[in-house]
Amino acid sequence: MAKAEKIPRQPMPEQDPQVRKRNFDEVPLGYTEEQAVKEAERCLQCKKPSCIEGCPVSVEIPAFIKLIREGEFTKAIHKIWERNSLPAVCGRVCPQEIQCEGRCILAKKGDPVAIGNLERFAADWERAHGKGELPPKAEPTGKRVAVVGSGPSGLTVAGDLVLKGHHVTVFEAFHKPGGVLVYGIPEFRLPKEIVFQEVNFLERLGVEVQCNVVVGRTVIVDELFEEGYDAVYVGVGAGLPRFLNVPGENLIGIYSANEYLTRANLMKAYLFPEYDTPIVKGKDVVVLGAGNVAMDSARTAMRLGADRVRIVYRRSREEMPARAAEIHHAEEEGIEFFLLTNPKRFIGDDQGRVKAMECIRMELGEPDESGRRRPVPVEGSEFTMECDLVVIAVGAGANPLLTQTTEGLALNKWGYIVADPETGKTTKKGVWAGGDIVTGQATVILAMGAGRKASDSIHKYLTWGW
Amino acid sequence: MFEILRREEMAGGTVVLNEISAPLIARKAKPGQFVILKANETGERIPLTMADTDPTKGTITIIYQVVGKSTALFKSMQRGEQFQDVIGPLGSPTHLEKLGTVVCVGGGTGVAVLHPITRGLKDLGNHVIAVIGARTKDLLILEDKMKAASHELHVCTDDGSYGHHGFVTEVLKQILEEKDVKLVVGIGPVPMMKFLCKLTAEYKVKTMVSLNPIMVDGTGMCGCCRVTVGGETKFACVDGPEFDGHQVDFDELMQRLSSYKEEEALAYEQHTCQCQA
Ligand SMILES: Cc1cc2nc3c(=O)[nH]c(=O)nc-3n(C[C@H](O)[C@H](O)[C@H](O)COP(=O)(O)OP(=O)(O)OC[C@H]3O[C@@H](n4cnc5c(N)ncnc54)[C@H](O)[C@@H]3O)c2cc1C
Ligand SMILES: Cc1cc2nc3c(=O)[nH]c(=O)nc-3n(C[C@H](O)[C@H](O)[C@H](O)COP(=O)(O)OP(=O)(O)OC[C@H]3O[C@@H](n4cnc5c(N)ncnc54)[C@H](O)[C@@H]3O)c2cc1C
Ligand code: SF4
Ligand code: SF4
Ligand code: FES
Repeated sequence: MAKAEKIPRQPMPEQDPQVRKRNFDEVPLGYTEEQAVKEAERCLQCKKPSCIEGCPVSVEIPAFIKLIREGEFTKAIHKIWERNSLPAVCGRVCPQEIQCEGRCILAKKGDPVAIGNLERFAADWERAHGKGELPPKAEPTGKRVAVVGSGPSGLTVAGDLVLKGHHVTVFEAFHKPGGVLVYGIPEFRLPKEIVFQEVNFLERLGVEVQCNVVVGRTVIVDELFEEGYDAVYVGVGAGLPRFLNVPGENLIGIYSANEYLTRANLMKAYLFPEYDTPIVKGKDVVVLGAGNVAMDSARTAMRLGADRVRIVYRRSREEMPARAAEIHHAEEEGIEFFLLTNPKRFIGDDQGRVKAMECIRMELGEPDESGRRRPVPVEGSEFTMECDLVVIAVGAGANPLLTQTTEGLALNKWGYIVADPETGKTTKKGVWAGGDIVTGQATVILAMGAGRKASDSIHKYLTWGW
Repeated sequence: MFEILRREEMAGGTVVLNEISAPLIARKAKPGQFVILKANETGERIPLTMADTDPTKGTITIIYQVVGKSTALFKSMQRGEQFQDVIGPLGSPTHLEKLGTVVCVGGGTGVAVLHPITRGLKDLGNHVIAVIGARTKDLLILEDKMKAASHELHVCTDDGSYGHHGFVTEVLKQILEEKDVKLVVGIGPVPMMKFLCKLTAEYKVKTMVSLNPIMVDGTGMCGCCRVTVGGETKFACVDGPEFDGHQVDFDELMQRLSSYKEEEALAYEQHTCQCQA
């Protein structure tokens, strides 16, 4: 035991910040086999592993790490797959510091085992060396399931149910599947190739993916039942941009993060004019908000050639919701943080393009309903910040396209679908829901966890009834 | 999947019609709704109104003006070729009702968008007066169809080469003077809609316009298409594209349409160079 603690946490090699801040290639480069084995040796193989409690889908962490340590990489990935069907994604984007790694026993005294990096290693190793064998599938049941939305939540349901012998069709509004994994999270953090391979894997298992179908417009949920689907899973995400409702917000050069990132990622505007979709390339960029979405927007703006990128956030550093790794990466790339600052209005030039933002300083007052200290404006502290591009990344809401066209589906006061947290059942017979459309914008792994519970429940329903 | 089954050029090749196979969309579409099309892997998502649909054949018809890179690319696509992606029907359908005398005013390619609405209003038993205009005679489209869809058709050209010499608004003013008009529908270039709404506001006649802001997803997810209507921000792709013209901030719409002027010029230039080479 004492020996294990002496090995330092293996850092993952990364692209140099000065180089990577101008390209869209992935930032962390991945472990070599030697590094992975060495990192795996740090795990104490606890009898009561607290790390597992920190993982929303209970990956058997010590077991797969032991297999890596023994050089059994294929077995390691199979171990992970028992619980998590998208390890190449989760290893990269889970907020490990508050989940698995945050609960690792070693975190108490120093650095936790790099669980996320090891998970990523196993998944990448399998993609590079594996034979791509398909897992065994149950006999066809003759039942048909419609999954609406191809984000991590919908993909999980599709994968689980196709293996149980049901016929699964995934309907996606966009022209490419993957949800936030393709339109939101940038290439430099999650290469799109990985997502497409995961989708391709599901297609090889027999899942039918139909893009360009907007449920609520092209077809409505009740019609899916008429067409012969026995169950419907709704995993449409939190696709409604939130704005600030301050004057000047419709000036040219002010984007919602959804628009900015969709243009950059899904439409590949960073390759304009080779790709046809344009994007405003700011020199002096302001990003409002401090979550993962804000970090992704800021780092994208830097890669599109900005001279200066500032994150403006109304609370303080402790409250920033982004993953620690992303904040760290953003800082390394030269992104500046303006904390305790809030916009009051945007100022445009005579062409209607944004040229500045008037802000006010904030201070922290009493805790609010979220338990965080409420930021209050400091009177008379207004000042102006010049900028030529603003990205608003202050959260997302529930898109009403599907929910408003589905009768009998109960919503909460914010428009999210009401679903049983244990089963994903909604108030409408035969309809389940999970992921961001139930919880509000959360995480990839929570959306997958909700999908897993729902697929268990759907399978029971298809076998025994509601 | 989305094969071009029929293709026609109009207005001297500046306007193109495509009838496209899209059964799921054709089954559902209503007047006033639009689709988003993407030609190929590197293409942009372009919104176009459905000028017609045929649910039995499973086709939709679009009529578009060639104004930039993407519409020029669409124009180069021949019968038998396919759009990679077509998404729809999007937007809220036009609210059609029987009101009495209504005037449908269309400018340029706006006539293509206006036609199904005009037909719908006539089918409901309204007395429909149509006014259509173009810069010059050769650019006028759908005259025959608009004639069939209305009780009375007036044609205008800016240069006087055909019909009334002058703007559609002049003819409209005349009609507003003479008749008890219950509704005006105005669809065309933004400046035309702006001046039309100014005029109908003087006569206090309810006016509906169809807006064409830049869009990305068309499902209310990005906010790119936001327009100010009655002092409030609306998303044209879900709340519209039709709005009460008297409430619309047209100047803001015009500015937002110019967001990518330089990029559009660059893309178009490169596209035409490649085509000539
Ligand atoms: C920029 C960004 C960065 C993020 N970074 C992280 C991170 O680092 N780590 C992390 O854990 N989480 C992160 N998140 C959050 C995470 O991505 C989401 O919580 C997760 O993707 C939710 O999954 P989902 O399946 O519920 O929905 P989504 O991923 O949103 O997928 C929903 C899909 O449904 C489709 N859809 C919507 N409406 C319809 C309809 N009517 N018909 C058909 N299809 C429809 C959408 O187009 C979309 O493809 C980030 C989110 C964003 C936006
Ligand atoms: C709901 C909706 C329905 C539409 N229906 C039709 C239709 O039925 N027929 C038709 O011809 N056009 C229609 N349009 C406009 C059409 O989408 C644009 O003409 C097209 O996107 C231009 O693309 P481009 O790459 O060829 O030109 P770009 O290079 O993008 O632009 C060239 C020129 O067109 C202007 N422009 C750019 N985008 C738009 C836009 N969205 N609307 C108007 N002008 C624009 C630019 O300011 C520029 O001057 C519609 C737009 C919307 C939003
Ligand atoms: S899925 Fe996420 S939380 Fe669970 S072990 Fe993997 S990285 Fe950790
Ligand atoms: S808590 Fe840490 S050391 Fe213990 S089993 Fe889990 S990863 Fe290994
Ligand atoms: S086009 Fe994205 S919200 Fe309307």
